[in-house]
Parts: sequence; structure tokens; C-alpha cells
Amino acid sequence: MTLDDFLLAFFSLEILEQAWPILWQGFKMTLLLSAIVVPLGLAGGIILALLSTVRHPLVRWPLMAWVDLFRALPPLVLLIFVYAGLPFAGFEVSAIGAVAIGFFLNTGAYYGEILRAGIESVPRGQQEAARSTGLTRWQTMAYIVLPQAVRNVLPDLISNTLEVVKLTSIASVVALPELLFQARQAQSVTYNATPIMAAAVIYFILLWPVVRLLSRLENRQLAGGR
Amino acid sequence: MAPDGRSAAGGEGLHRPPENPAEAAPQPAPAPLAARPIVEARGIHKHFGHLHVLRGVDLVVAERELVFVIGPSGSGKSTLLRCLNRLEEPSAGIITVDGIDMLDRRTDINAARQRIGMVFQSFNLYPHMTALGNVALALRKVQGKPRAEAAERARAALARVDLGDRADHYPGQLSGGQQQRVAIARAIALEPRVMLFDEPTSALDPELVGGVLQAMRELRKDGMTMVVVSHEMAFAKAAADRVVFIADGLIVEQGPPAAIFGSPQHERTRAFIGQIARH
Repeated sequence: MTLDDFLLAFFSLEILEQAWPILWQGFKMTLLLSAIVVPLGLAGGIILALLSTVRHPLVRWPLMAWVDLFRALPPLVLLIFVYAGLPFAGFEVSAIGAVAIGFFLNTGAYYGEILRAGIESVPRGQQEAARSTGLTRWQTMAYIVLPQAVRNVLPDLISNTLEVVKLTSIASVVALPELLFQARQAQSVTYNATPIMAAAVIYFILLWPVVRLLSRLENRQLAGGR
Repeated sequence: MAPDGRSAAGGEGLHRPPENPAEAAPQPAPAPLAARPIVEARGIHKHFGHLHVLRGVDLVVAERELVFVIGPSGSGKSTLLRCLNRLEEPSAGIITVDGIDMLDRRTDINAARQRIGMVFQSFNLYPHMTALGNVALALRKVQGKPRAEAAERARAALARVDLGDRADHYPGQLSGGQQQRVAIARAIALEPRVMLFDEPTSALDPELVGGVLQAMRELRKDGMTMVVVSHEMAFAKAAADRVVFIADGLIVEQGPPAAIFGSPQHERTRAFIGQIARH
């Protein structure tokens, strides 16, 4: 393979120009999916983390089973089950609905574990001080415990969010036209690897700043700074 | 030591069973004080699993009285204090604070707690808020005061503990002594009827203790009712109206500081006083 062949197969401007509108559509869909599944996962995570502060066995055991189940199931299997399996039980779910449900279950369980660790990292005395001034249990959670919990596990939360955005590419298996799906389409039409290359570059440009931020946060945490 | 000070029963070699049951029985309260009681705790028991930490304690505190509670580690003194605002749930007994039945299920515990300020051994300031934020939070969220008024009151409370110029500092930027004074300001800003101090100077370097005791002295001068768990003997001698000695979950002996420190009547009290006097 000559250099020209290589450039033509991976970096063809002509192909890129042709494929760009399709890729742009895919990029927007990836952003949309991320904007749906990250808040959904966080919301699920906060609910799970708050439930984990309830010591009652009737809450604790089902919660543990729930979190274990959805952390152990591969997200791709979960997604296909929701999309292709549930209709057999009479539940028709749209592709985007299936992605939302699948991610809520999977990433919610992960965010939940991270936030639970964060809540447990806040010294018990913080809650006692807050309660001694008359704050309710929930006010104490909202103003005292959660802000400190989030700060303590911020690198883990960002790291998980990074994974979640990358994971939106599995939506391609339920034919949602996100970035990877669109790149594959363009590639099969043009019979050229440039669209895939372009998708990779777009993912990189989107996520690299987050990776940098994460490194800085982790270094700061290692240094023990506030 | 655990922050709540109830760990390690039998950790300091002072734990043997009472010589005879009569000696360990609750003593009659000293001559009744004229003022009406603010805190009235009767027959308090507390179990932690198998541990019987409080075994029938009566503690009555009159208005404007300063009561010192002393006793060996694991004796139950911190637990008793924490029962008064129901941070710990007593297993049995009656607790009334400022006329409110603290253990009644129908009592709004969050409303009642505003009348009972508490200061902890480990300060427990909120690290993500400034000194002002620490003091203003409950004023806003519990008492519903508007932001400006809460800030004004919080500044006044900080000024009372001589920290008016530290309002915008975060706890991490303050010394331990300053943090503890912010914690005092956080409690007094709510204008409580009684203040509970749980070993307020035990976590401090010796040179920082003075400022905290000074803030407590000021409170005392303003007529605040105070219950203090602490071993600051000099402070107790100078400021306390009454010293209560607790061992093994029971009040062994109580009386004016001169009597308790000068001529303790019970063997356990003598042993304990001797031990803390050596430090």
C-alpha cells in the first residue's frame, strides 16, 4: 500500500465532504443521546444513593439486588433485551425509549454506587451538627451531605460520564442514527474508511477536554488540595 | 477515641464495678434551686446492643445554671448529653427541655432542637461553606429568615465569639480554636434556651483552648444555661455552679465544684479527680 493509497483510504477530503452531512447528523444524535442518558443516569443514581441511606432490610436487600443485577448485565445485552425482548411481553419500546431505559438501569446503578461511596465519605458528625440546628433529614442531605459527597467523588463521576458518552455508540445496534451508526452508513456507501476515521476524530475532540479536566482533578486530589 | 466519646468502655483502667450498690445509686439532687428547670431528664437508660451505657440517670438543670459533667471515658457522659437533644434515642426515661417533651412522638423535634444549641468535640463545621454560611444556614432554612437578615444575625453571632473579621473564611482557613468558636456562633445564632458542649476543647492544641473558654465565659455572663462535658478543671472551678460525676452510666456524686474537686465523698470520684488533676 502506497502512502497515497493510505491517505485516500483514511483521509480523503473528497469522501469527507460527501459524508459530512451524514456524520453531522450522527454527531448531533450522539449529543442528544448523551443529554438524555447522563441526566437520567444521574437522577437514577441519586435515587439509589438516597435509598442506600435507609437501613431498613426491606429497602436494603432489594436495592442491593437491583444494583448488582444492572451492574453485572452487559449494557448491550440490556439494550437489546429492552428493545427486542420486551415486545414479546407486549411492551413496544421505541429505539430511543429503549436506549433511555437501558442506560437509566445500567448507568444509574453505577452513578448510584459512586454517590453512595461519596455520601459514606462524609463524616457522621456533619449530619449530627446539621440536625442539632433543626435541619430536617432531607435538608441535611441537600445542603450538607450531598454537596460534600459530590465533591469527594467528582473525578469518579466525571470518569463515569465519559464512559457513558462513549457507550452511547451501542445505540447503533437498535438503528439509532448516532455518530458511529452514521459513520458505518457513510463507509458502506462510499466504500472508504474516511468516515470511520472522521467519527473517531470527532469523538476524540468531544471527549479529550473532559479527559484533561479529569487528569487535573485527579492530580489535585492526589496532592490533597481542596 | 470515637468522636462521640462513648467508645472503648474500660479503656482507662478506671472500670471496676462499684464497691457496693448503694454507692453507685443516684444521689439526691443538691438543694433545690430557685429558678425553674430548663432541662429535666428523669430515669434515662440507654442501651447500645449489649452495652448498658446509661443506667437510670436523673439530670435537672435550672435556668442560667452551668452544669459540668465529668467522668471517665465510656462512662456515658457524652451519651447523656446527646440524649438531651435526641441525637441519641434514650431506651427509657423522660426528657423535657424548656417545657417540651423531647421524647413524645408528636413533638416537632426539628423545632425543639432550635432551642438547644450543641457544640461538638470535632467542631463539625461544614467545610464547603464560609464561617458566615455555616452560621446562617439554619437561620435561613430552619427559621426561614430572608438572606439579608440571616447574614446580619450570623455576623452578630460571629462578633460575639470575637470572629467578626473571619466571616468569609472557610473552616480550612481557620485554626481549631477559631473553628470551635464558629461552631459556638452557629449554635447561639438560633438563640437557644440551653447550650450543650460535648468536650469542646479536647481536640484543641493547648494554646487554642483559651479563646474557646473565653467565648463560653461570655455566654455564661449573658446568662446562658449550659451543660458542659469537659475535663477543664480550672474552668469548672471558676465558672460551674455544679459538677456532676458520672461513672458506669450512673451519677455517682454531684455538688458545687469546690466540694467535688476539694473533698469528693466517693472512692470512684476521688480516684477520677486524682487522675485528671495529674494531667
